[in-house]
Amino acid sequence: MRPLTDEETKTMFEKLSKYIGENIKLLVDRPDGVYCFRLHNDRVYYMSEKILKLATNVARDKLVSVGTCFGKFTKTGKFRLHITALDFLAPYAKFKVWVKPGTEQSFLYGNHVLKSGLGRITENTNQYQGVVVYSMADVPLGFGVAAKTTQECRRMDPMSIVVFHQADVGEFIRNEDTLT
Amino acid sequence: MGRKLDPTNQVKKGPGRKSRKQKGAETELSKFITAEESEPKRRTSRARKRAVKRAHDPKKTKDLPEPTPLKGFTDENKDWLKPAKRKRKIDTPESEDDSDEMWEQEEEEEDEVEKVGTKQGKKAVAAKIAQKEEEDDEEDDMVDDYGAAEESSGEEAEGGSDEEELLPIERAAKKEKKIKEAMGIGSDDDDDSEDEEAVKRDDEDADEEDAIQTNIEEMDKFRLPGEEELAKESVIPLDLQSIHHRIKENVDVLTHFAAKREEGKGRGEYISLLRSDLCTYYSYNDFLMEKLMDIFPVSELIDFLEANEIQRPVTIRTNTLKTRRRDLAQALINRGVNLDPLGKWSKVGLVIFDSSVPIGATPEYLAGHYMLQGASSLLPVMALSPQEGECVLDMSSAPGGKTTYIAQLMRNTGTIVANDANAERLKSVVGNIHRLGVTNAVICNYDGRQFPKVMGGFDRVLLDAPCSGTGVIAKDPAVKTSKDEADILRAAHLQKELLLSAIDSVNADSATGGYLIYCTCSIMVEENEWVVDYALKKRNVKLVPAGLDFGTEGFTRFQERRFHPSLRLTRRFYPHSHNMDGFFVAKLKKFSNSVPATEMEQDEDKTETSESVAVAGSPNQKPSKNKTSKIPEKAAVSPKGQTNGAGAKKPPNIQAKGQKVQPTGPKKAKMAKMDVKNVNEGEANASESCKTEGSRFEKKHEKNRKSPMKKKNRLGKNKFNKLKKVLQKEWNGD
Repeated sequence: MRPLTDEETKTMFEKLSKYIGENIKLLVDRPDGVYCFRLHNDRVYYMSEKILKLATNVARDKLVSVGTCFGKFTKTGKFRLHITALDFLAPYAKFKVWVKPGTEQSFLYGNHVLKSGLGRITENTNQYQGVVVYSMADVPLGFGVAAKTTQECRRMDPMSIVVFHQADVGEFIRNEDTLT
Repeated sequence: MGRKLDPTNQVKKGPGRKSRKQKGAETELSKFITAEESEPKRRTSRARKRAVKRAHDPKKTKDLPEPTPLKGFTDENKDWLKPAKRKRKIDTPESEDDSDEMWEQEEEEEDEVEKVGTKQGKKAVAAKIAQKEEEDDEEDDMVDDYGAAEESSGEEAEGGSDEEELLPIERAAKKEKKIKEAMGIGSDDDDDSEDEEAVKRDDEDADEEDAIQTNIEEMDKFRLPGEEELAKESVIPLDLQSIHHRIKENVDVLTHFAAKREEGKGRGEYISLLRSDLCTYYSYNDFLMEKLMDIFPVSELIDFLEANEIQRPVTIRTNTLKTRRRDLAQALINRGVNLDPLGKWSKVGLVIFDSSVPIGATPEYLAGHYMLQGASSLLPVMALSPQEGECVLDMSSAPGGKTTYIAQLMRNTGTIVANDANAERLKSVVGNIHRLGVTNAVICNYDGRQFPKVMGGFDRVLLDAPCSGTGVIAKDPAVKTSKDEADILRAAHLQKELLLSAIDSVNADSATGGYLIYCTCSIMVEENEWVVDYALKKRNVKLVPAGLDFGTEGFTRFQERRFHPSLRLTRRFYPHSHNMDGFFVAKLKKFSNSVPATEMEQDEDKTETSESVAVAGSPNQKPSKNKTSKIPEKAAVSPKGQTNGAGAKKPPNIQAKGQKVQPTGPKKAKMAKMDVKNVNEGEANASESCKTEGSRFEKKHEKNRKSPMKKKNRLGKNKFNKLKKVLQKEWNGD
């Protein structure tokens, strides 16, 4: 376990800012203690200082997970967000998409969101903007990338994709083995 | 293109191979089922025929009660089956007839024949009573119930489908009414008891009347099968129905042993028969059944075994980190789930009765609003009652149900260390912890036994020890046959090791905590009370009330074993009495961080005792004395008391990391104390430590000496010579 290098921090923050914008600083400066990012096994974990101290007791090969896993660095140096980060993305998300109850299940199985399943969408969403997907009952279901702007969404045919799927909470079951 | 159209490679349309196969099986099954179902139909048609005959000739049918009970008769048998003397009814059909159920009850036949004599006496009495009423037909109802049962069933068939749907108890009531009518209102009390018997018999199983018929003869008094019968049984095993019946009878005898026992037969014989019957009926292995019989009284045992055959209700726990129980219940009800609160004792549990959607894959589940968790696994966490801001260790955490419950009770404050020895199972812990939004957990993959070395000083520790799983037989029926003595003892050994290291990881000086929960999903005494009792002897811990207001108390005595009286503070949960998995929960409080000297050391350091008594007398030691007096065992052994005192005197400098409990702790503490005490004792201590060293050397020597001694079979040269001398002496003496 080690702190992130500048390069890594930059890559990761760029990625995060696509979803939560300048709210990143709320993640780092928290009123309830010092929180930090640490890299372990190519994965980035977000934890409080207290847990960090405790985790230093554990040998590297015996440590499985600390705090919350945000995502991992691929072999090519890109950062990929995991669904486990949803707990921290959802409250700070700038752009949101709500899906209709019928589409929930389809999205949770890893499909894109079609226009027909789109319940609501934040105004002024740009194309390729990172969005968090909610159910109509305001339960966060995952996140993705807007395929079209809000304006375009209004006059599209029902079967076209409006949100590209990136991660959904169904992965807790589907990809349980690769979460860490 | 052309290749794609190749007719030989054509893809078949319609349902695949597998589905067709299943269909085939289905049709086969349906054939099988119809074959079985046709049986009662046949009977009813015959009954109908009989009814027609009766309608033609009412007088004659009244003389025709006997053929009804045995179903295998054809019309050819009719003439001899119409007995002139009704009193021979049992002998004749059984000795001559080879109807289709005869082969089923070969074993019991012998009993029955023997019993006919007594039966007939009784029958004669019954017949007399009946003659008073001049009702030939109803006589059978009194003598033997099944005639009536057949009769009524026949009538029901005539009556139509709605009558056939009568519950057994209703049918019994009806029959009782009929008998009363026949007997007149002033019927005497001995037939009353028979009525009761009739009701009981009907309750057993109305559908399988055949099987009941076979058992009726031995109804009055249960007797143990003789040797030849047992031998026969070993060749042709009894059918389950009669075994079930025999179990019932046997239990009845065992519960009223003095009144119902057979002369000259001991309880042991009944018990061993019961055990073998239970093993066959519920398919357990002998070992486990014996263990269970030791734990439960006979009547409770049957309940337990029956409870193991049915699944426990599905329960879920609300994740209060993300939602409230009311909201969750509403959301699930909207999805078509039928649920109810778990019970008064839990504010987060819900019971699922039935559901139109898979309960483990709803969007609410995936969003982490609840966790599928057995009711029993809520209990240890409730007993642990972790406080906010504490540092808690869950020693064997997979799959994370209890861990997340701990986090939820702590509201994501403090820290949780979730450990498990199995890396594969830890993946589910990671998944669940992230899904439920727990952010304060460290997940690591150590063997629990290494634990105080990795980190110690926890405020609370939860040890859900690996066990034989005898409490969750309903979940995993393989346990019934796969466990033996060695498995249990192996588990117990591991549990003892884990419990000691768990105790060592607790920080006794914690302001809020210092508690430890030990729980297993086993009901074996070896894995529960025995392990806790062992820990009480080995470490400075005491049992405290678990804070669970239900559950049965733990054993303080079991067979030849006597446990510490405080073990009644532990709690046991059983599937049959609490409708949750079998479980054991013990809450321990650690009152000193020092580790008492092991017994071996104590034996060696006998000289220490006098000195330690002197030390205990000093005013410094008073608190320690109080502490030790709480546990009488500990107080009895003075060196332990001394170590306790040392522990109390030690400044509370134990930190979250790297608190090491050295095996030499007491000795070090002693040395520290000696600085305060006078020099004389210091000298004594020095000399004593020398002694201990000496003794250690001695031990080594002993070891060296021992190792050749192990080869007892080989005679040494000296021994051989000695033996030779002795023999020679003997020869001379002779």
